[in-house]
This record gives sequence, C-alpha cells and structure tokens, in this order.
Amino acid sequence: MNTPLFRAEGLVKHYNGQRVVDDLSLAIAPGECLGVIGPNGAGKTTTLRMCLGLVVPDAGRISIFGLPVPESVREAKKRIGVVTQFDSLDPDFSCAENLRVFGSYFGLPRALIAERVPRLLEFAALQSKAGARPGELSGGMKRRLSLARALINDPDLLLLDEPTTGLDPQARHLMWERLKALLQQGKSILLTTHFMDEAERLCDRLVVIDRGRKIAEGTPRGLIAEHLEPDVVEVYGEGAAACAAEHGALAQRVETSGDTVFFYLRQAHRLLDVVAERRDIRTLHRPANLEDLFLKLAGRQIRDDA
Amino acid sequence: MKTTDAPAPPPIFAPPRVSPRCWPVVLRNWLVWKKLALPSLLGNIAEPLIILVAFGYGLGALVGRINDLPYIVFLASGSICMSTMYAASFEAMYSAFSRMQMQKTWDSILNAPIALDDIVLAEMLWAGIKSLISATAIAAVLVALDISRAPTLLVALPVLFLVGLTFAGIALVFNALAKGYDFFTYYFTLVLTPMTFLSGVYFPIDQLPRWLQQVAAVLPLSAAVELVRPLVIGGRPARWWQPLAVLLVYAVSAFWIALALTRRRFLR
Repeated sequence: MNTPLFRAEGLVKHYNGQRVVDDLSLAIAPGECLGVIGPNGAGKTTTLRMCLGLVVPDAGRISIFGLPVPESVREAKKRIGVVTQFDSLDPDFSCAENLRVFGSYFGLPRALIAERVPRLLEFAALQSKAGARPGELSGGMKRRLSLARALINDPDLLLLDEPTTGLDPQARHLMWERLKALLQQGKSILLTTHFMDEAERLCDRLVVIDRGRKIAEGTPRGLIAEHLEPDVVEVYGEGAAACAAEHGALAQRVETSGDTVFFYLRQAHRLLDVVAERRDIRTLHRPANLEDLFLKLAGRQIRDDA
Repeated sequence: MKTTDAPAPPPIFAPPRVSPRCWPVVLRNWLVWKKLALPSLLGNIAEPLIILVAFGYGLGALVGRINDLPYIVFLASGSICMSTMYAASFEAMYSAFSRMQMQKTWDSILNAPIALDDIVLAEMLWAGIKSLISATAIAAVLVALDISRAPTLLVALPVLFLVGLTFAGIALVFNALAKGYDFFTYYFTLVLTPMTFLSGVYFPIDQLPRWLQQVAAVLPLSAAVELVRPLVIGGRPARWWQPLAVLLVYAVSAFWIALALTRRRFLR
C-alpha cells in the first residue's frame, strides 16, 4: 500500500459507559475506496464523526493528509467532502444556491464557484433543477445534490455515510455510477454502508465492524473466499427442516433462519441432485456473498439495540 | 494492537477560537432573510407602530409629560430598545434553533472548514445585524412621524446594534440548552416581558420601589434605554460609560457561556 491518505489508529469511544467504538484502526490509500460495513449501531457514524473532529475519541489517533485530527481538522477539511446519512440541504435555497453557499464556506473565489456549479449540477443529473428548492426534489435527487455539494471544494477524500440508504433501485444505481466515476478521477472514498451489494460493487477493501470492533478486513472476494464456502443453496418450504436433517451432511455448513435453511457448500451439484425430486421445497442456488459473510460473522439474531 | 492516548478534549470554557471564517455563515443567513425581507420588515415596524399609536397618543393624552418629555417621545425611545431586544432574541432563539436542530444547517457547515465557535459567533452577529435592520426601520418611522429628528439618532443605531448583540448572546445561551421551541416561551414570558416593565420603557424607573430600582439598575434593557433615550431626544447620555459597561459585560459573558454550552451540546 502507498502512504495512507487517511489513517486512524486504536480509536475508542464510550457513550454512557458503553463502548461504541472499540480499538478500531482504519487506513485508506490514495485512490482507494474503503468500505466500512456493519449493522445499525455498529459505530460507523460515530467513527466518521471522530474523523471530522466532531466527536473527540477517548483514545486513539487520526491523521488525514498527514494532518493530526482534531488539532488540524480545519486544514484537512479543505480537502474533504462529506455526505451525511441524513440530508442537510438548505431548504430556503435553490439547488444552485445550495452549491454556491456551501462553496462560500470553503472561502473559494466566486468565479471558481460559478464555474463549478453548472458542472456539478450536470454531474448530479440536476441541470433542469438548478432553480428548484430541495423540497421539490425526490430522495435520489436530494442525495445527488448532497454529493454535488460535497464536491464543491474538489476534495481528495470523500466521507460518505450510507449514501444510498432509503433510495429506490434506479436512484441507487445512478449514485453508484457517479461514485465509480469519482474513483476513476482518482478520488479516495471512505464509505459506510449496511448494503452488502453496494460494498461489493464499489469498495476495493472492506472493514467489517460489529459492536464497534473490527471483525474482518480484506477485499470483498478475498473475505468471502477466506470465511465462506463458494456456493449457497437456500431451501424454503414445509420440507425445509426435514431436508436439512436428511442432507445436512452434504454441506460444509448448514444454518437455519426462520423457515429457510442455508446450505454452504464447496460443490452444490450433489445436494441439488438429491433435492430436485422433492415437491415440498423450493431451492435457490447462488454464489456466496458478503451478506452471508456478515451473517456468519455477526450472527443472525435481531438485536434490541439495533 | 497498541492504543495511543488521544489528546484530552478541550474544556468547554476554553477561550473562543473565532476567525473571519464566520462571515460566510453571516452571509448565508442574510441571503435567506433577503428572500423574505419585505414581509419581515413590515412585521418589525407594524408592532412598535401599534404600540406607539395606542399608548403614545392614547395614553399620552392622559399622562401628559414625563421627565419634561411628551409621553410619545418617552415611549418611542424606550420601545425602539425593546423592539431591538425582541428582534435579536427571536432570531437567536427560534431561527437559530431551526438552523441548529431542525434543518441541520449547523451540521452541514461543520463539515466545511468552519468551527463551531465561528458558527456561534456568526449567529450572534447575524441576530445583531437583523435587530439593527429593524431598529433602523423604526428610527425611520420616528423621523417620518416627527417624533424625533435629532441627528444623534444616528449615534443611537450603533448602540442599538450592541443591544442586539447582547440579547442575541443571552438568547444563544438558552438556544444551547433548548430541547424544543416550548422552552423559549418561558424565556419570553418570564424574563423578557418582566424586564420591559422594569427597564423604563413604559414609565420611569424611579416609579418603582427602591429594591426593584436596584434590580433594574443591572438589567441590560435598562442600560440600553439609559443610553438610547437621550440620543433619541438629541442629547448625550449622562455617565454613558456605566450602562455601556453593563451591556459589554452581558454581551461578552453571554457569548462565552453560550459558546461553552453549545460546545457541550455538539462536541461530545
């Protein structure tokens, strides 16, 4: 790895006596997209807020572009773009004004802002909405305006907190396409998400966190290869439980969640052959994905605090 | 993995670290206000005008002269201070709270290279500017109605700006503590309303019982009235440094306390 653009070491944060971030270390190389994945309440947002100097860690060290945070965070922020989990667009301003006013917070010259605003509106596919206020925009448009706003200072590092949560499939795909374009331009991205498909598509490297701790780290494919069997057969229906009891031995690992049985296997064809005749079940054969990884590492149970 | 010690968080009462970076935030609020300037200004002038007409002309006919002044002049010079106080307080409470809590405007500004200290200072400056705008509009009405045409009225305006800053600072203390808008109602009914009756806006302070006069002497609104009333009439405030010092002490300490409480609210 090149010299990291961003490095956090041994971060710890407590709230009300509870450890929400527990000895967490992260690093991002120039041009890299690092995904931090974990369930709600895993400590993702708190970690991002520590990186922005908005939350003071109880222990640990952060440096961005070689600048210590929080001491020199103001200097570092000149080269950072942030998209928060919840839109914080100015409701009284039009889309173009939102970008212009945000540019003024960076002390950018007016001429430079005027030059960037139309290009960013185009990038966000919002040219026709330049004069519209955020209240008139759809959820996907608002997110893209938030992304455009985060780009007004032409940042080297983007911090994105769940950028596609709550969006419909079309809007998510458009967002992903834009983020890929930014990576191609050489920008670095730190992305938090709980969507495994999003992490798989965008991220070069992943850190899986749960209850504030790092539980795995690696490339998306590497993590799956390391922790999981390559094939998954999901079995649904009345006969699912009986099927698990009879054919469990054919799989390396079997998990039951509600009425569904998951067979994790190196070779799926033998299992598929023997269950093909059964009328009381339906099957789905697919490759293992990050969701399986996450469920294996973090468990399937729903938590009170999530 | 080794765990390094993080620097201790700065104490909330650490000295303010403000910079010219606060200006874009002041400008942002100005740009929003400009969109609604006319109705906002009309609202600012209408209320003091109603008070002047109803009390000044109506009650004034019964009261006659106070301290050798026509009652309407006495009232006008007090109520311009009161209006400034209310304008600044509204802006730094309801409007600032909307930006801080409801619209998350502060949160988005904090993602830019602008610190919380700058935002709090910007809100105080903006509320001061907005109250100065309404004070100027009222002063124009006083000139138009021939209540005052003293050139010293121009000197009253910067003083009123300081009055606005002072009350903005105090309002930001409550803003930092607020959980919702309801909280502000207490401040308005339990603090500001009684203060107007103790500060010589409607009647001279020497009408009050002795112990209340002593209370009144340290109130920021009575300091404001003490400075502004002579300027509206065309004179010079006697012992002007005393009320000026009172206002400055309130303004500086309120800003500092507001900053400390806002830091506690944000930088956990």
